[in-house]
Amino acid sequence: MAKIVATTGNSAMAYAMKQINPDVCAAYPITPSTQVMEEFSKYVADGVVNTNLVTVESEHSAMSACIGAAAAGGRVLTATSANGMALMWEMLYIAAGMRLPIVMALVNRALSAPINIHCDHSDSFGARDSGWIQLYSENAQEAYDNLIQAVRISEHPDVRLPVMVCQDGFIISHSIERMEYLEDDEVRKFIGDYKPMYALLDIDKPVTLGSLDLQDYYIEHKRQEAEAMKLATPVITAVAKDFEKMTGRAYGLFETYHLDDAEVGIVAVNSAAGTIKEIIDQYRRKGIKVGLLKPRLYRPFPTEAYVKALGHLKAITVLDRVDSFGAMAGPLMLEVRAALYDLPKRPVTIGKIYGLGGRDLEESHCQYVIDELVQIAASGKYRELCEYITVRE
Amino acid sequence: MFKLKNWKEVPIGGAVDQPGSAMENKTGSWRVERPVWNSEKCIHCLRCWVYCPDMSVNTLDGKITGINYDYCKGCGICAQVCPEKVKAITMQPEQ
Ligand code: SF4
Ligand code: SF4
Repeated sequence: MAKIVATTGNSAMAYAMKQINPDVCAAYPITPSTQVMEEFSKYVADGVVNTNLVTVESEHSAMSACIGAAAAGGRVLTATSANGMALMWEMLYIAAGMRLPIVMALVNRALSAPINIHCDHSDSFGARDSGWIQLYSENAQEAYDNLIQAVRISEHPDVRLPVMVCQDGFIISHSIERMEYLEDDEVRKFIGDYKPMYALLDIDKPVTLGSLDLQDYYIEHKRQEAEAMKLATPVITAVAKDFEKMTGRAYGLFETYHLDDAEVGIVAVNSAAGTIKEIIDQYRRKGIKVGLLKPRLYRPFPTEAYVKALGHLKAITVLDRVDSFGAMAGPLMLEVRAALYDLPKRPVTIGKIYGLGGRDLEESHCQYVIDELVQIAASGKYRELCEYITVRE
Repeated sequence: MFKLKNWKEVPIGGAVDQPGSAMENKTGSWRVERPVWNSEKCIHCLRCWVYCPDMSVNTLDGKITGINYDYCKGCGICAQVCPEKVKAITMQPEQ
């Protein structure tokens, strides 16, 4: 039986971690994800989980300890944000390269400098090439649901890759929403027992992990990693189906909102989608056919599915809450635009950089985006390929 | 030389699941000097065996029996540590 609660995104993630009850959690708290670890360490202190909580001296050590524990054969979780994840950088690649199923609760926050503790996606989007699967969450419910599903995805024999579950710092992490919790035993049953493929503590099957891998094998192992990412897409869909059976909450590779019959569309991850849906309703009432695609996945990037969902549009604006300085546009925009390139009649696709450092995406910004899309659809021409919005000009 | 495996054949993540499998990879081919051991001079103090970084000094029942050229890299440490008054190992250029 589901339990209905009013809680924050951070508490929801901490509660999911409690229900997952990992063998090891190594973390170094950082704003805005601090509350995740604060609450999880209470669960450890109260003895409601069996987790060995390793309090370390930095995020680099946190991810290192997670890697060690996962290599030993444990189920491992951690939580971090922004500069904390940046300090984990080299270890992120090592976790993925060693094919260790570690799950991270990532509360998205801007990277310094200037110092800022509020939301943008420069942390996770920066780690797009690290080999981690990335799941995005619009609200606390999705963050909770994604975290539970992440365990199954990450540990699937075809995948064996670490997964980060992203939610927006403060906007979601610190806001109280209505949401539904599963029962502990439902979660335990859903995730099942973890069977490591290679475990250093399995003395009957001795293995060496993390050995030198030069010109003769490194690329073979990277090819395997690429394959695992490819195989992750159907696994993510299958896990979502099982999750829906249990909860009635449907997940896929992305969510669409009024997209099927739309002429123009917006693509945006995480909490911005909530605001955009509101404004779409406004425009729909006026008879303007606008829709939304909210990616759940950035890595792997399910190209075919995105093309199928977006291909019929006349014009698309992709919103990036991150800049790739000096690039043609934001990272999500570039990938969406490239994905559509092979279509014989492709939508005009432009990008906006918005909301850096926690700047709000307001109603007027969404209206600006949709008004422009309508013009582009009519003329087939755009003014600027990528521009900043939500900024004082 | 052993056959290199393709990406579908190797364990994932660079795991080495066969203990001692480094034996398959004979690393002695790039040696430029080889240690030559003189069984008559040797006093079996085992210093060379202790110091060899590649475990390439063969022993049997506590006595040196020779050098394993499949893995010896020719570093010369064994010749260096052999006691001054014995010098049972000499380094000679590979042909
Ligand atoms: S030359 Fe070096 S590698 Fe060869 S046996 Fe002597 S110590 Fe070992
Ligand atoms: S160090 Fe010299 S004397 Fe001692 S065991 Fe080796 S070869 Fe013989």
